[in-house]
Amino acid sequence: MPDSSLTRPFLDSFEASRAALPGAGLDWLASLRETGIARFAERGLPSPRLEAWKYTSLGPLGKVDFAPARPDSISIDHLPTLLPHGQGGHRLVFVDGYFRADLSRVDDLPEGVELGSLAALLTSAPDGLSEHLGRVGAAEAGEQPLLALNTAMMADGFVLRLRRGVCLAAPVEIVFVGATGDGALAYHPRNLIVLEPGSQATILEHHAGIGDGTYLANGGTEVVVGADAALHHYKVQAESDKAFHLSTAQVEVGRNALYDAFLLTTGARLSRNEVTVRLTEAGADCRLNGAYMLRGSQHCDTTTAIHHVAPHTNCREVFKGVVDDTARGVFQGRIVVHKDAQHTNGHQLSKALLLSDRAEVDAKPELEIYADDVKCSHGATTGDLDRAALFYLRSRGIPEVEARHMLIEAFLSETIHAIAAQGICPALMASVGHWLSDARMRRAA
Amino acid sequence: MLEIKNLHATVDGKEILRGIDLTIAPGAVHAVMGPNGSGKSTLAYVLTGREGYDVTEGEVLYEGRNLLEMAPEERAAEGVFLAFQYPVEIPGVPNSTFLREALNAVRRHRGEDTLDAMQFVKLLRAKVKELGVADDMLKRAVNVGFSGGEKKRNEVLQMAILEPKLAILDETDSGLDIDALKTIAEGVNALRSPERSALVITHYQRLLDYIVPDHVHVLARGRIVQSGGKELAQELERSGYAAYVGEAA
Repeated sequence: MPDSSLTRPFLDSFEASRAALPGAGLDWLASLRETGIARFAERGLPSPRLEAWKYTSLGPLGKVDFAPARPDSISIDHLPTLLPHGQGGHRLVFVDGYFRADLSRVDDLPEGVELGSLAALLTSAPDGLSEHLGRVGAAEAGEQPLLALNTAMMADGFVLRLRRGVCLAAPVEIVFVGATGDGALAYHPRNLIVLEPGSQATILEHHAGIGDGTYLANGGTEVVVGADAALHHYKVQAESDKAFHLSTAQVEVGRNALYDAFLLTTGARLSRNEVTVRLTEAGADCRLNGAYMLRGSQHCDTTTAIHHVAPHTNCREVFKGVVDDTARGVFQGRIVVHKDAQHTNGHQLSKALLLSDRAEVDAKPELEIYADDVKCSHGATTGDLDRAALFYLRSRGIPEVEARHMLIEAFLSETIHAIAAQGICPALMASVGHWLSDARMRRAA
Repeated sequence: MLEIKNLHATVDGKEILRGIDLTIAPGAVHAVMGPNGSGKSTLAYVLTGREGYDVTEGEVLYEGRNLLEMAPEERAAEGVFLAFQYPVEIPGVPNSTFLREALNAVRRHRGEDTLDAMQFVKLLRAKVKELGVADDMLKRAVNVGFSGGEKKRNEVLQMAILEPKLAILDETDSGLDIDALKTIAEGVNALRSPERSALVITHYQRLLDYIVPDHVHVLARGRIVQSGGKELAQELERSGYAAYVGEAA
């Protein structure tokens, strides 16, 4: 039985806003939303009683009275971009979940590239969306009430579709800006990425809070990587200190295709990134890596499931965490090798540094193997900074705080530099540097 | 330069140093020799402030100041340098970045301007050439995948860059072939000056053929049991440590 006090406000919110949601006249979309809200009503907001939510409680959501976000035209002096001017190609900006054309750069799209806002496309070209929207996520929607809620409530988000063989050279930056309002806002951005066979793209998602307001971002993302296509999908989550960031991604990877993802988390008081990848055809390759840096009482949950459905598929997954104060990191990584998926390789590693006695990391790796000719491994370590290395640096005159930061940076640098689109590394390392310099300032204060 | 007075130190509650007295004048090179387990490395770590090495009695004055009260980084910035017996590997930190951070930290402490990347590369190139350090050792992570000899060369390179006033070399000769030994000794000798001192810790006399000490001390069971000139090292090479181990027992 779902906890109705937590679930009810979202059901009410759906009833109140359903008529105004984009694409209200589309039957297929209406039925998608109906299915979504029914599933959500049935399951409710997930609670730690569910195995998949063992370490993360959404209870704190019940203490906040969220109002649905509305499009607004607030002016933004300083757009939180991670790509230096000139490096970025096209850019989409969303404020409180809604597309802002005035802040975005989507002109001069090459032939075969569709890039834009979901709300706009639901009005102008809905037929192109119906094929995939809600389909990729349907596989496990019953187990993912948050995605079901997102499906019901989705109002906007980004859509990137690359036609066969199209290569988008410059990275596409998607900026989600939150925390602009006075009251607590909730929004449910829905994103769709479709790479047709042989196409290539790099996406950098940046979720940033620019105020200190409370908000809930419950995102849903569906990704299709067609045969011989390559998607580099990187996400930096630097929401404001009071934000709740929930995200469910469903990814399908086809023959000889690559899904190369990185999730860097530094923000939000409570965050959950849930990623499910299905390697559906031979040669599909998934690299799902990430890092989290937490302090204060932050809670960050990374839950992944990689399904080797077809033979000759590979995955490599490394998550690294740096956790200070009383913060808590959770890593749940499942690798499932289905019955027919012979000759697959799966490697998973979770490593965390605990910077304080009260910091905590819960790592739960799970291998489920139903085929007999596979190579799978997993490991999890948790520890303190290497004391011998720390002394070595200090014995060369490097002050303790600097030495600690060098070691933290080095710890994360290894995994960041393993991403395929090397041009993005400086942006990710800058986020790490920002967290560290913030730590230095807090210590000094 | 350095005055060690009645120094006692424990590791894990076990007394390793049991009353060391040693004075090093500016410009002097002292060798401390002794059998395994005599406390040589403990002395090096106590002087550089490694945690887990607890001083229970005595004092150490460095240029008249209480060395033991200083943090490791302060000792380094004030000119104390330890060439490690087992240099530490630090994955993810490029060696050249580490060298520059170290030099700039020390320069900042001294109130000198820090060096930018260009200035540093120029300085580094010159030192690298003198010491026969391979270029790729600078790009690789600190000591990661270095051979034993490369690690020791890297220690001497750090010393050449930081130009310490008191260099402590802990078994820098172990695991080196004769050519590497000579290069390293040249690096150390190049730093010799009337203001700089060195404490060379070694098990074997071999290194002292190339870094000729002014004084030689024998350390056994946590005490200096004999001191003499450079000829003492040769004598030890012939007779071994057996006599001292017995005597101190």
